[in-house]
Amino acid sequence: MRISGAEAVIRCLLAEGVDLIYGYPGGAIMPVYDELYKFQDQLHHVLVRHEQGATHAAQGYARATGKVGVAIATSGPGATNLVTGIADAQIDSTPMVCITGQVGRHLLGSDAFQETDIIGISTPVTKWNFQVTEASQIPEIIAKAFYIARSGRPGPVLIDITKNAQFDEFDFSYEKCTGIRSYIPVPKLNFDKVAEAAALINSAKKPLIVFGQGIILGQAEAEFKAVIEKSGIPAAWTILGLSALPTDHPLNVGMLGMHGNYAPNLLTNECDVLIAFGMRFDDRVTGKLSTYAKQAKVIHFEIDPAEIDKNVKTEIAVLGDVKESLATLLPLLDAKSHDLWHNEFKALAEVEFNSVIKEELNPTNGKGISMGETIEMINKHSKGDAIIVSDVGQHQMFACRYAKFNSTKSNITSGGLGTMGFALPAAIGAKMGKPEREVVAIIGDGGFQMTIQELGTIFQTQVPVKIVILNNEFLGMVRQWQELFFDNRYASTKMINPNFVAIAEGYHIKSKKVTQREDLDEAVAEMLASKDSYFLEVMVEKENNVFPMIPTGACVSEIRLS
Amino acid sequence: MEDKTFTISVYSENNVGLLNRISGIFLKRHINILSLNVSESEIENVSRFIIVVNTTEKWVQNIVGQIEKQIEVIKAFYHTDEETIYLENALFKIASNLLFDEKQIQNIIKESQSTIVTVSRDFFVISKSGRRSEIEELYAKFKPYGIMQFVRSGRISVSKEKMEISTLLETFK
Repeated sequence: MRISGAEAVIRCLLAEGVDLIYGYPGGAIMPVYDELYKFQDQLHHVLVRHEQGATHAAQGYARATGKVGVAIATSGPGATNLVTGIADAQIDSTPMVCITGQVGRHLLGSDAFQETDIIGISTPVTKWNFQVTEASQIPEIIAKAFYIARSGRPGPVLIDITKNAQFDEFDFSYEKCTGIRSYIPVPKLNFDKVAEAAALINSAKKPLIVFGQGIILGQAEAEFKAVIEKSGIPAAWTILGLSALPTDHPLNVGMLGMHGNYAPNLLTNECDVLIAFGMRFDDRVTGKLSTYAKQAKVIHFEIDPAEIDKNVKTEIAVLGDVKESLATLLPLLDAKSHDLWHNEFKALAEVEFNSVIKEELNPTNGKGISMGETIEMINKHSKGDAIIVSDVGQHQMFACRYAKFNSTKSNITSGGLGTMGFALPAAIGAKMGKPEREVVAIIGDGGFQMTIQELGTIFQTQVPVKIVILNNEFLGMVRQWQELFFDNRYASTKMINPNFVAIAEGYHIKSKKVTQREDLDEAVAEMLASKDSYFLEVMVEKENNVFPMIPTGACVSEIRLS
Repeated sequence: MEDKTFTISVYSENNVGLLNRISGIFLKRHINILSLNVSESEIENVSRFIIVVNTTEKWVQNIVGQIEKQIEVIKAFYHTDEETIYLENALFKIASNLLFDEKQIQNIIKESQSTIVTVSRDFFVISKSGRRSEIEELYAKFKPYGIMQFVRSGRISVSKEKMEISTLLETFK
């Protein structure tokens, strides 16, 4: 079959099972858009309002479904606008394929209109990238792109296609990529290492499990649950591991790290064996490395060899696919309950409840609405069944600390990169990927204005996402640090905001603003009952802080309750 | 942990852009590359990078992990100086009249076991292979007479131990 490179792009995407892509047209990608027009009944293209939105929507889609998200843009500014989302996907291991148009091959290197070296720019933030300059390369390269993006530790891939390669015709055939000789996506599991790990776990008196997104990416939730239930080991999560284990599971002891829960942070420095599954010991989790879990023997189950001993020195490293590792580990573990050890967690959880959580969920002393109680109100009405997409900042920490989750792939947030503006477009992608589920975006007044234009995408596509703005008229997290560490000097953190409800209404999105606590319940109920998209602005207490907190550079056991 | 000299060897697919990807790994960690050499390896279409850095063993482990993670990298290793056979090559361009006016120059060439690559009316070129210190020593000897041009290559090295990659590469043939 003799077709153009542009048509080949579409046929390759269809062959990879793609039915939804996010993008923005422009000069150098027009041949592909022309084919999108012809194939619109098979491949749905969502026109975003800015290319960054396309990447975050693709990420939201990928995180909610486990499939590869696809974003497409033109050369030059179109391509550079993708970079933030690509960097976000790289650090959070999100499978994504980005396709960019490029000037014709004969113009490469001539500083042509909208020419930019997107290969050079995207190299440090992609798992792989490639510039296609001949139409005949397209099938092989796109097949490789999808294979690389989704296999092993997933990540973003960028394919840059020169305009001549889109126009030129060639004999098309497509073969899926099943392997690359220089690339080992999943290291082979070593049974002896698993047995060693099992022996150490069985001998532990105070074991602690810490888990990350690897459980979700490896689709190992059931195996993980079986392992913790048999071994009776308390399990704490990183921000990206959230929702892999239901919130109300008795062995779920909460969140690790800077604004995580009191018990798992303090007891990290008390446990005798620390068992990590699919997480990378990020500095937000470990605090000061030189004092992190020094008393413990560390076992690290991990797919990426480069993560072993990168931050925390391990006693036993088990490389491989986490699902297989957990299934192999399970029969080797002794059934235990560790009751005394659990009591330590319960006692500390009670301390945290009495000094932080109680006040956050039921504020006294005439204070305004808190972020925590708003999240709790969403829990009440969603019953923990919603996908929560959070942006970056204080509201994100409140969302992750207080939102209730019953099922996996339900927490979508920008973890490693901390990209403000992530949530609104990511929620669009999540809802399109999982239309049967309720999707609630929780966003601060700062981050909302970084990608506010995606309200236009919501209006145009009528995607029924629910948007909650927690408005404290501050860049709250930075303000909190200014209060605690910069002597209350609020440098450029006060926001003079527009009338958000009027803006939402300008996009014909149903909206409501809540300023009084007594109106919150009904407003959240109305939002969640709505069949259409809904915008809810909640005016929250201006200068509340997120606690507990491990200050930067402090040790996990120096966690502060106030 | 103290800084040491490490030789990093990378076997990779021969691909445009990979050098950029690899150098970025050093850039991100502020590690200066002392020398870099890229050539074809013993296997067709497989390139071999030899990168010399001065850093701690912890960093070199981290870097090698990150390099090996790149899709087109087949395998990466690091070795200390004691574990490898290594040398560099240098070219000295010197004015021809010195060869006749300064008899000592001929002795320097003989003693240093360097070779004359070419001689023309105006200049001659000497090539010297060896350790950095030997090349520097030769440089110091020629310097008083005047060196028109000097260039030194990056390090090339082979390991003393059998590389575990050999069997893997066999499958690529």
